[in-house]
Amino acid sequence: MNTTDTGSGTDTSTTVKLVLAWLWVGIPLAWGVWVTLNNALQLFTATKTT
Amino acid sequence: MAAFLDRSHSIAGPGFSRWLVPPAALCIHLCIGQAYAFSVFNKPMSLALGVTAPAPGDWTIPNLGWIFSLAIVFLGLSAAVFGRWVESAGPRAAMFAAACLFCGGLIVAGLGVSIHNLPIVYLGYGVIGGCGLGIGYISPVSTLIKWFPDRPGLATGTAIMGFGGGALIGAPLAVLLMKYYSTPTSTGVAPTMITMGLIYFVFMISGALMVRLPAPGWKPAGWVPPTPAEAAARMITTRNVVMAEAVKTQQFWLLWAVLFLNVTAGIGILGQASLMVQDMFGVAVAAAAGFVGLLSLFNMGGRIFWASMSDFIGRKRTYMIFFGLGAILYALIPWTKNIGSLGLFVAVCCIILTMYGGGFATIPAYLRDMFGTVQVGAIHGVLLTAWSAAGIAGPVLVNYIRQYQLDHGVPKAEAYSVTMYIMAVLLVVGFICNYLVRPLDERHYVTTAEAVG
Repeated sequence: MNTTDTGSGTDTSTTVKLVLAWLWVGIPLAWGVWVTLNNALQLFTATKTT
Repeated sequence: MAAFLDRSHSIAGPGFSRWLVPPAALCIHLCIGQAYAFSVFNKPMSLALGVTAPAPGDWTIPNLGWIFSLAIVFLGLSAAVFGRWVESAGPRAAMFAAACLFCGGLIVAGLGVSIHNLPIVYLGYGVIGGCGLGIGYISPVSTLIKWFPDRPGLATGTAIMGFGGGALIGAPLAVLLMKYYSTPTSTGVAPTMITMGLIYFVFMISGALMVRLPAPGWKPAGWVPPTPAEAAARMITTRNVVMAEAVKTQQFWLLWAVLFLNVTAGIGILGQASLMVQDMFGVAVAAAAGFVGLLSLFNMGGRIFWASMSDFIGRKRTYMIFFGLGAILYALIPWTKNIGSLGLFVAVCCIILTMYGGGFATIPAYLRDMFGTVQVGAIHGVLLTAWSAAGIAGPVLVNYIRQYQLDHGVPKAEAYSVTMYIMAVLLVVGFICNYLVRPLDERHYVTTAEAVG
């Protein structure tokens, strides 16, 4: 390996791997953020107890 | 199989993109971050026998609270004990071990719940799972630091953001599964834990398969290491200190105190956020849960924001902001109650939580600046005992102060003021500790060959 490799390969298979890898972690994280945001909205919409 | 996991088999070949390493790290951290959401099991586990109402023999919430505490203690202990092994065995073997321990721990805990045996749950999630947490926490972080010498803060922030994000996935996933598995005679906790153990195992192993180490001597194209003068100005070393030597330095223990105080103060908010917003502003339980969720989001976002920011402004300055701004914000919390501003209270708490998360995410890069890259995982592992200590000290301190106030007739809504002022004082102490961090003396450094050992 070139010791000053860009570490950001540009061929198609690398690009596909990158997209799949980020989707693999991004989708569950986005789902978690979405659910949490929906729950957090209750802070501003739920009525006070007192 | 053993050869496949070997360090030498995980060296990146030509054309490998380093941007595949952050998702590999996230595969681990998004799973082990489930630990932050463990409390979602507490109520159903306390109704394991009675299902709808507590029955004789049902576990109490304080007893269940020990599961999380044990896991955090074993996180720190295992990171400290196995840190050197993680460096020598390489990230793939370490991630594989973390997957087996963390997911195995979840499954053992599930079996413990199914036979209603609390010591087995402690052993499963607390001890075995806790060891998986520790090994899983440090291995991707150390690998990312090696891949991103130009942006170590961004790299560690990405991974450790995943730990914060793990709670956002773990909580709703557990709720969904418990709903699916629950029956009129079962809360569904045991099959939920076993299912989560299996799902997380697949996810964590995918990270272990994806991860690579850079070849010796690799560096990003176009990146020029800082000159000695630049490095000295920013307190960044280009040499290495071995773990056994690092723990003998004053700088290591100052950073230990920095992490301990930052986490203890953060727990002061996180540990009582739900009760605090209900008592201080009279909001409903559902809204309080929303508030806790909002804090989790800022905790996660702060990890990548502050760690990335530290690449530009320096680690020491970043912690100066955490402690300086943090002390002011903690002291402001009682004032937000006095003026009755829920919005300001929420804003202040959210900013504090960004700095709590930022403290976790920036510390590996701080260690790398001080002690070099070769044994940073092992040194980080030992430093994580500060988290374990804070995980015990923080809640004890917060709960004791609150109870003392209530026992002495202080109204509920005002019982938090003293706690917040004490947390502000802790942050001032943290500010001083961080201020005292100085570059290491020459005698601590070794050659790279000696550090690789």
